[in-house]
Amino acid sequence: MYAPAHNFLVCLQCVGEENWVDSRTIYIGHKEPPPSTEAFIQQRFPDNRIVSSKYTFWNFVPKNMFEQFRRVANFYFLIIFLVQLIIDTPTSPITSGLPLFFVITVTAIKQGYEDWLRHKSDNAVNQCPVHVVQHGKVVRKQSRKLRVGDVVFVKEDESFPCDLILLSSSREDGTCFVTTASLDGESSHKTLYAVQDTKAYRTEQEVDAIHATIECEQPQPDLYKSFIQIIGICSENLLLRGATLKNTEHIYAVVIYTGMETKMALNYQSKSQKRSAVEKSMNAYLVVYLCILISKALINTLLKYVWQAEANRDEPWYNQRTESEKQRHIVIRAFTDFLAFMVLFNYIIPVSMYVTVEMQKFLGSYFIMWDDEMFDEELGERAVVNTSDLNEELGQVEYVFTDKTGTLTENNMEFIECCVDGHVYVPHAICNGQELFFRALCLCHTVQVKEEETVDGIKHGLHQGKSTSFYISSSPDEVALVEGMKRLGFTYLRLKDSHMEILNREDEIERFELLEVLTFDSVRRRMSVIVRASTGNLYLFCKGADSAIFPRVISGKVDEVKARVERNAVEGLRTLCVAYRPLSPEQYEEVCHLLSGAKLALQDRDKRLAEAYYLIEKDLILLGATAVEDRLQEKAADTIESLHKAGMKVWVLTGDKMETAAATCYASKLFHRNTQILELTTKRTEEQSLHDVLFDLSRTVLRHLSGDCTDYGLIIDGATLSAVMRPGQEDSSSGNYKEIFLEICRNCSAVLCCRMAPLQKAQIVKLIKDSKEHPITLAIGDGANDVSMILEAHVGIGIMGKEGRQAVRNSDYAIPKFKHLKKILLVHGHYYYIRISELVQYFFYKNVCFIFPQFLYQFFCGFSQQPLYDTAYLTLYNISFTSLPILLYSLIEQHINMDILKKDPSLYRSECFFFLIFHIFDTEGRENSNRVPKPLTAGVYLLSSSGRTVPLNFLALDTHYWTWINHFVIWGSLIFFVVFSLLWGGIIWPFLNYQRMYYVFMQMLSSGPAWLSIILLITASLLPDVVKKVICRALMCCSLTVCGELLNFCLSMTWKTFYVTSFLT
Amino acid sequence: MMASSYNAKEEDGHHSGAPAHGGAAAAAAKSKKPDNTAFKQQRLPAWQPILTAGTVLPAFFVIGLIFIPIGIGLFVTSNNIREFEIDYTGVDVDSPCYSCARNFSWNNTAPCLCSVDFTLEQPFESNVFMYYGLSNFYQNHRRYVKSRDDSQLYGDRSALTNPSKECEPYRMSDGQAIAPCGAIANSLFNDTLELYHIDSNGTRNTIPLVKKGIAWWTDKHVKFRNPGGNNNLTAAFRGTSKPVNWRKPVYDLDPSDPDNNGFINEDFIVWMRTAALPTFRKLYRIIQKKAVTTPTLPSGRYVLNISYNYPVLSFDGRKRMILSTISWMGGKNPFLGIAYITVGSICFFLGVVLLIIHHKYDTRNNSADIPN
Repeated sequence: MYAPAHNFLVCLQCVGEENWVDSRTIYIGHKEPPPSTEAFIQQRFPDNRIVSSKYTFWNFVPKNMFEQFRRVANFYFLIIFLVQLIIDTPTSPITSGLPLFFVITVTAIKQGYEDWLRHKSDNAVNQCPVHVVQHGKVVRKQSRKLRVGDVVFVKEDESFPCDLILLSSSREDGTCFVTTASLDGESSHKTLYAVQDTKAYRTEQEVDAIHATIECEQPQPDLYKSFIQIIGICSENLLLRGATLKNTEHIYAVVIYTGMETKMALNYQSKSQKRSAVEKSMNAYLVVYLCILISKALINTLLKYVWQAEANRDEPWYNQRTESEKQRHIVIRAFTDFLAFMVLFNYIIPVSMYVTVEMQKFLGSYFIMWDDEMFDEELGERAVVNTSDLNEELGQVEYVFTDKTGTLTENNMEFIECCVDGHVYVPHAICNGQELFFRALCLCHTVQVKEEETVDGIKHGLHQGKSTSFYISSSPDEVALVEGMKRLGFTYLRLKDSHMEILNREDEIERFELLEVLTFDSVRRRMSVIVRASTGNLYLFCKGADSAIFPRVISGKVDEVKARVERNAVEGLRTLCVAYRPLSPEQYEEVCHLLSGAKLALQDRDKRLAEAYYLIEKDLILLGATAVEDRLQEKAADTIESLHKAGMKVWVLTGDKMETAAATCYASKLFHRNTQILELTTKRTEEQSLHDVLFDLSRTVLRHLSGDCTDYGLIIDGATLSAVMRPGQEDSSSGNYKEIFLEICRNCSAVLCCRMAPLQKAQIVKLIKDSKEHPITLAIGDGANDVSMILEAHVGIGIMGKEGRQAVRNSDYAIPKFKHLKKILLVHGHYYYIRISELVQYFFYKNVCFIFPQFLYQFFCGFSQQPLYDTAYLTLYNISFTSLPILLYSLIEQHINMDILKKDPSLYRSECFFFLIFHIFDTEGRENSNRVPKPLTAGVYLLSSSGRTVPLNFLALDTHYWTWINHFVIWGSLIFFVVFSLLWGGIIWPFLNYQRMYYVFMQMLSSGPAWLSIILLITASLLPDVVKKVICRALMCCSLTVCGELLNFCLSMTWKTFYVTSFLT
Repeated sequence: MMASSYNAKEEDGHHSGAPAHGGAAAAAAKSKKPDNTAFKQQRLPAWQPILTAGTVLPAFFVIGLIFIPIGIGLFVTSNNIREFEIDYTGVDVDSPCYSCARNFSWNNTAPCLCSVDFTLEQPFESNVFMYYGLSNFYQNHRRYVKSRDDSQLYGDRSALTNPSKECEPYRMSDGQAIAPCGAIANSLFNDTLELYHIDSNGTRNTIPLVKKGIAWWTDKHVKFRNPGGNNNLTAAFRGTSKPVNWRKPVYDLDPSDPDNNGFINEDFIVWMRTAALPTFRKLYRIIQKKAVTTPTLPSGRYVLNISYNYPVLSFDGRKRMILSTISWMGGKNPFLGIAYITVGSICFFLGVVLLIIHHKYDTRNNSADIPN
């Protein structure tokens, strides 16, 4: 039974000329038409190789170097290194070359390792075998060799190697089931359909004989947007890479997008990375330091020439220049002098800072993952860190935007009651209400029955006969409803051959043919099914939010139901309304026509579908309403209270009804009984103009601001919000609205935004983020509808909830439960904020301390750029003498005990002034103040005639938390310094062309005054700090006053100058 | 936790599905559960010093009490050190070395001699160290500091005839390599100082000056070496040229002691350790104590004979001769003692101030606490 070759043609259709380029033509099985038919242009498609790696073996070195030198600091050091190579500079090129090499190598190794892992996983994916139909036979091929147009054969439980169009399936009806768990986390089975024209081709030979072309769009990243535009083919035929075939023996499908053009790959690419504010400010500091450096070099160059102006200063008889130097032009000489000073002082910019900060963040994030208290027994999940860059941002959050369902609440739905025609039914109660209502609920859903298997997501036991089965759905409400119906006597059994089977009260099986599903979307906020009963009657059942149903209802006991719905909503229950519409066969014809027209639309398919749905879901007859309870998560109220105490503003953004959301807010203590609620809802704006309402509210808020401090809570709904945000017709006042709205929000302790579309959530976050204070925002949510806001906020946190893993995948941090937010913010966030700020300050501080004597020394050596330190010390100072202690310090420092932090959330804000002051004053001021140790610079200088310095470091004063690791590292680096010095000075190193350091260190150690000076210096340097600390503690002023800062700066600078000058003379 | 959730489910009447699922979850939970170690939970045992007035106050007093005596000790020791300094540059017309200073020329072969009289008011009891001091001499200038070849000084034969580029412009002279090369060596201090005591009857007594042991032992024995050992230095240095400003070649620096010639001449080694500041002193000779009863340098009149070879006026420099005894803490250095006393006193003072603050704060704090 060889099928005729040209039996059908999924033909090229008339697409508008402008769209032509954006579409691709695919020839199934590579059967190109004869060249004569039309101007045939062979399109080129990529192969099916997935490349997530950044580098190849060959381009790793150049590409990685390029990437790394794009960093300001690295580039700067490269320049310094080159300058040292080219001109005669005080220090050898090694001093900057070696640290740079070290830093670059460490980073390159890290990146190389990560890339190697990616290569490995890529290879595993690219080489996994795929079955391809070739010449009527199934052939094994490596996945990467797949090409667009190949026909592949996929067996059950295999995942799809690329994006495919389903041609035929082993199932009778040409359907197949897939799960997209690895794509969006939804574990429910989705039904996909084979292309009508091909579903009859069921063997290799038949499939191989298909001669057809497919016209489809060029790849787009949107996972949920259907984009196949062909007669008879729609997104229901599209199998995405990464999805897994389930419950279907095998399928045949044709490849349409391969490799990097699959939706999965496109999606991974488009995720942009967030950068922490600290990193941004670090770059700013670098610029500041560069300015300091340049000015220092300029000053010294100027002074040098002023000093040299006097006769015999520049070239006394004992110190002549060479002939070539004498002939150099003065400008060139001055310029090289300037460069030499730059090189001399370049250590002020810490080369290893970036690496240390990165390591600190990377290693630090493990403490979040390791946290026992953030482990959830029930889910068996612990906190996940997707981006370690944002650790410290967690400690500065000012606004928390939280989702309600699944975040504040458990998303563990419990069917409470239903109301049919005003009569209320609760489970287990005998009821004889309208059975149509129960059938409607049994039919109008997308729940699947899964038999005896555990899948992530929604699992509910269902004891039915001998076998065990669960209801699975992407929406927990539906599961709750179907289960509730089961308890009321109507059990949904299965969907079989497009027939839904229901076990009714009399234990009879009723069969309904499922004709159409008008899927749920968040704009319509309702879903419908069209079924044909065994009697032949056609029904449309519609289920949705009350606001989505009531306007479309024409009869039924609307008032009673409405009253009940509102009562339930106030109690915090989630309500849904159910309605139906009997359809005559003619009407059904029309519906089919509308739907198929929309489904096949080439442009604006979504829009046309929505229009079609709008036309179909009308003239409904109200059946009743349901109420489902969503319990608050454990300790949600406690967490919110803590966040409030920590000075954070908590906003709830939800798609729920206002009443339900408000009830949840009261329950979670977001609103208190004495909170004065301000409403900015459609109800009010209907009565007054938006303008008046806004001004009213702002007046209320501002009036009370001066008087007693009442708590304000604001409730705003989506419609009003979009009115506020709308770029107005009266262009000036619209900006005004935003301002007023922000003003109101700022004065409210809690804000509830209900009826929000996902994009509106992101809009709100953006509005706050861009407001003039630029507060740090945090968004937390669990569902796909929260993704936009998670991506928008500075920090996005995903809850490992029941609505799939999309939020988790897109988040920066993921936690199992809402209550863990408390620990991650108040403890981890606060720690990392303090730690990183001290780390950065330490780096700048220690280098200023290191270089300042160098600067002073130039006044004593005729501005000749003579370095004060030996090359080896210059080189190793940043890498090994000083970086390890601070790294560990910044990993394990706990200035306040964890438990205290948790108990007293107000500490969250306590030391957040650091960066502020850091900004206002010259960093030298800040750094000299108290945070970090004083390296001993001048003391040793006195003794060794060639003058070198001991960069001893005493982190001791600032460490509040001395573990053995601290001891080990601090004393270890000290010992390392001593050992190194002994070695360095103790041996004549044959590879060096100078032996200046020979025995200097030993000579120094053997002299009593050297030791005495060291002791004195340490004491005297620490003295001001200790005093300041004690006084501060005594006066309870944790925040540092401006005066204190300045005073401290002056003090320590005077000290230092004093030491240097006095010891030298 | 898990048990309670089971119960909840069973109450709802879903007994059957739960156990299977629960078991799987428990297994998963075990694998993902973080280790409960002190390190991972950030609960390492730690010493948490808290700087309160209570803990710091005693420390301040203790530091004060320790530092002040040390400071006084240092100060007294420093004051007991005898030091005498005389400037013999010859800037003023009436100073003895004026003509030598004025008429200096590199071409003079005969040394210009001058002598300076001085009186020691107090006797110098123990060993006396004799220094020469230079001012406004930038031995720390970068161009100067690096103008040497350490491998040449280490006795390396190839470096001897082919010194490092760093020595320019003191590297070659008349086609021959300079040994020792470089600006430092070239500008070796070459004044000769002799000291005489004039006793009560007016006779001059030469004071023996010891020139051994003025350089670091390691420098003399390890860092500096003559090419080919110490025998026959003339031959070893053949083919090299003396530094342009020297009067004698390097192997002839000390005619009196053959072991003090070449690169291991101690005056040379001392000079080669460059000073850190433009005003510096370098050890020249040691005057050893002879008898227990008599002081090394009794008080009285002395004459310093100088063969004036080293020009400093061109760069406005000064030359000094310093006599000093030393103690365990080295030369005269009153600063360290003063600094110790100062820091000690500050500590003590701060201790007192803090005590007052602490006291006041405590009472205030207590009174504030009571209403709560």
